[in-house]
Amino acid sequence: MNTEPTPLLPREHYLSGQYGVKSWLLTTDHKRIALLYLVSVTLFFFLGGIYAALIRLELLTPYGRFVSDENYNKLFTMHGLVMIFFFLIPSIPAVLGNFFLPLMIGARDLAFPKINLASWYIYVLGGIFTVTAAVTGGVDTGWTFYTPYSSTYSNSAVITMAMGVFITGFSSIFTGLNFIVTTHKMRAPGLTWFRLPLFVWALYGTSLIMVLGTPVLAITLALVGLERIFHVGIFNPAMGGDPLLFQHLFWFYSHPAVYIMILPSMGVVSEVIACFSRKKIFGYKFVAFSSLAIAVLGFLVWGHHMFVSGQSVYAGMVFSILSFAVAIPSAIKVFNWTATLHKGAVIYQTPMLYSLGFIGLFTIGGLTGLFLATLGVDVHVHDTYFVIAHFHYIMVGGAVMGYMSGLHYWWPKITGRLYPESWGRLAALIIFIGFNLTFFPQFVLGYLGMPRRYHTYPPEFQVLNVMSSAGASILGVGYLLPLIYLIWSLRYGPVAGPNPWRATGLEWQTSSPPPTDNFLETPMVADEPYNYEDMDSA
Amino acid sequence: MPDSRTIIAHQFDDPVQQHESSMLGMWVFLATEIMFFGGLFAGYTVYRVVHPAAFEAASHHLNLVLGALNTGVLLTSSLTMALAVRSAQTGKQRNTVAFLITTMLLGAAFLSIKGLEYYQKYTDHLVPGTSFSFPGPHSHGAEMFFYLYFAMTGLHAIHMIAGIGVVGVIAIQAAQGRFTPAYYTPLEVTGLYWHFVDIIWIFLFPLLYLIGSRV
Amino acid sequence: MTSHIAPVKLYLTVFIALLVLLAVTVAASYVPLGRFNVVIGLMIAITKTFLVMLFFMHVSYSGRLVWVYVGVGFFWLAILLALTMADFLTRWWPPFLGR
Repeated sequence: MNTEPTPLLPREHYLSGQYGVKSWLLTTDHKRIALLYLVSVTLFFFLGGIYAALIRLELLTPYGRFVSDENYNKLFTMHGLVMIFFFLIPSIPAVLGNFFLPLMIGARDLAFPKINLASWYIYVLGGIFTVTAAVTGGVDTGWTFYTPYSSTYSNSAVITMAMGVFITGFSSIFTGLNFIVTTHKMRAPGLTWFRLPLFVWALYGTSLIMVLGTPVLAITLALVGLERIFHVGIFNPAMGGDPLLFQHLFWFYSHPAVYIMILPSMGVVSEVIACFSRKKIFGYKFVAFSSLAIAVLGFLVWGHHMFVSGQSVYAGMVFSILSFAVAIPSAIKVFNWTATLHKGAVIYQTPMLYSLGFIGLFTIGGLTGLFLATLGVDVHVHDTYFVIAHFHYIMVGGAVMGYMSGLHYWWPKITGRLYPESWGRLAALIIFIGFNLTFFPQFVLGYLGMPRRYHTYPPEFQVLNVMSSAGASILGVGYLLPLIYLIWSLRYGPVAGPNPWRATGLEWQTSSPPPTDNFLETPMVADEPYNYEDMDSA
Repeated sequence: MPDSRTIIAHQFDDPVQQHESSMLGMWVFLATEIMFFGGLFAGYTVYRVVHPAAFEAASHHLNLVLGALNTGVLLTSSLTMALAVRSAQTGKQRNTVAFLITTMLLGAAFLSIKGLEYYQKYTDHLVPGTSFSFPGPHSHGAEMFFYLYFAMTGLHAIHMIAGIGVVGVIAIQAAQGRFTPAYYTPLEVTGLYWHFVDIIWIFLFPLLYLIGSRV
Repeated sequence: MTSHIAPVKLYLTVFIALLVLLAVTVAASYVPLGRFNVVIGLMIAITKTFLVMLFFMHVSYSGRLVWVYVGVGFFWLAILLALTMADFLTRWWPPFLGR
C-alpha cells in the first residue's frame, strides 16, 4: 500500500492553461484530440445502444408488436453501422491510441498532429451523414449493404449512409497512417522495437489493417452509390454483374475490420495483465509477432462470410483452412496471458476484472469462430443467431471489455483522478453477468435454427429471447454506471499521482495529467519492458 | 545543412526525422491509393475473365491514338516533375517554378484530351445507361467494359485534378522562395503523388486500350 | 539530408526508355498473340512502373522501409486479386450435379 503523502495535481498540464472552445476545436495536441474522440465515440455508443434496446424490446415476443418488418430491418442495420464504424473501429485506436502512443514511445506528439485533428473532423462529418441517414428514413439493407438490394431495390437512405461510412473510412486511414509513421520514426533513444509496450505492437498491426483494408471498402461503397444513382454498375445483374463481386470486395475490408476492432483490446489486455500480475508478459516476442500475424492472416480469410453465397466450393475450402490458421496467433496470445497470470501476484482491481473477463469471453467467441470456419457446420448456422452470438462475444465480451479495461487503467493518467474502485468493480460484474445472459442464449437459439435479421420467430424460441432481452437490460445498466461515476470522478475522485498502479511504461513516468509536451525532458530507455519483478523487489 | 528557412515542426527533433517521416507518410498513403484503385482493378479482372471477347470488341472502340498520346503526355509530366524536384535540390528556384508549371500544363492537356475522348464516347452512344448501344452479341459485356472504363479513368482524372491543384500550390510556394536545397520536402512528397498517378495510368492504358490485338 | 542528386541525363534516359516502351506496347497490340497480348502488355507496364519508381520516385536511393511499403502495397493488391479470382476461376470445376 502507498505510504507516500497524498499526491497533488500538477500545476500545469495539457488541460490547464488553454481554455475555451477554440483551444479544443483547433487543438493539435494528441491528448485533447483523444478526448474529442472520447466524447464522440461515447455518444455513438449510446446511440447504437438505443438501437440495440429497441431490437431486444421487439424480440420479447414472437410476433413482432412494436415495429414493422421494414423498420426492424432499419433497427438492426443502424445498430450495426453505428456500433461498428462509429464506436468499435475508432474506440481504442482513436481514444487510447491517440492519447498513449506518443507517451509510450517518449515523443511529444504524433508525426502528423494536424492530420490527427483532420481525422477527427472527418469522423464527425461522417457521423453527421449517418445521423442524417438515420433521421431521413434509416437504412434497411443490413450493415453489410449486400447488392443488388442496396444498389437497386432498397428505398432507404443508402446513399447518405454509404457516404457517411465512406467519409469516416478516411478518418481511420489517416489515424493508421499517423500511427505507422510515428512508431517507425519517433521512438525515444534506446527504445528498440522489442522494448516497446505490447499495446504499441497491437496498434501497429491495427494500423496496417486500417491503411490497407479501408480503401477497398471506400471504393466499394462508392460503386454502390454510383449504381443507385445511375442505374448501371458492376454489381448490376441486368448488365451481367455478379452480386458476389460486391461481397468479395466488401468482406476484403470487413473481415480485417474485425481485427481492427479486437487487436487494440488485446494490446490493452497485455498491459493490464502484466501490471496486475506484477509479472512480465510471458513470451513477449510471440505476443508481439502475433499482432502482426493477425493483421496479415486476417486479410486472407474473408470468404468465410460467403460459404453459402454461391462462391465456388474450392474457394470455400481454401478460405476455411485459412480461417483456421488465423485462430492460431489469437490462441497464442490467450496462452501467453494465462501463463503470465500463473504464479503472478494477481490484484483484482477494475481494469484487471475487465481484462480477465476479456480472456474468458474472447476465448468462447474465438472457439465458436472455429465452428463457423468449418464449412460444413457453417452451412447449418450461417445467418442464424449463432453467428450473432459469436461476434458479440468477440466484439462486446472482447473488444468493449478491453476498451473498458484500458479506460479504467489509464483514467488516472488522462484525468489525474482515480475513479471509485467499488463502483468500478460493481459495474464490471454487472456487465459480465448482463453480457452472458444476453448472448449465451443466442448460441442456443442459433443452433436451434433461429435466423438472424428476423423480428418474428417460432414461439418455442421465446424463453431464450426473453432471457436475452433481460440480459440486455442488465447490460445497459452496467454501461450507464461508468458513464456516471467516471464523470463524477473528474471533480470528486481522489488525485491519482503519476503512477497509482506502480506500472512500467513511459506513460507512467510523467505527471497525471501529463504536460502538454508529455515529458519535461525526452526520456532515454535502457530497461526491458514489464520489469515488474525488478520494480517490486527494489 | 539546415539553414534559417528550414522549419522543423515542434513534434520532431531534427530535420532528418521530419523529412523521413514525411516521405514515409506519403509512401504509406500511396499504398492506400493502390488499394483504393485496387477495388476497381479487381472488378476489371473479374469481368475481363468472364467476358473476354466482349471486352476485346469494346476496347477496339477506344481511340488508341488519343490514349497513346495521353500516355506520352503523362510520362512527360513525370519527367518535368522529377526535374522540378531536382531543380529545388540544386537551388534553382526559377527552374523549379517553370518545371512545376509545365507539369500542370501537361496535366491539363491530359485532362483535355480525356474530355475529348469522353465526348466522343458520348456521341457514339457508348456511355453506359439508357443511351448505350453496342450492336452485336457483346452488348452486356461491352457495357460492363465501358462502365469500368469510365469508373477507372474517371477516378484517375479526379486524382489528376487534385494533383494539379496541389502542384499549383507548391508552385506558388516555390515562387515565394519556400524551398531550399536543405528543405524541399513538400515538393518531393507532391512529386511522389504525381508519379503515382502516372503509374496508375501506365496500367490503365494497356488494360483498357490494348486488349487483344487490333489486327 | 542525404539526398542523392541524380544527373539530368539519367532522368532524360529514363524518359526516353519510357517512351520507347510505350511505342513497343502499342506496336505489340498489333501482333495477334492471343492470350500473350495481355502478358506482354502487363510486363511492359510493370517495367515502366519500375523505371518510374526507381528513378523518378527515388526508390533506388530510399531506405529499406520505403521498399517494404512499396512492396506491401502491391502485395496486398495481389492478395485481393488472387483470392477473388480463386472464386471466379473455379466456379465450374468440375461439373457438379445439376450445373
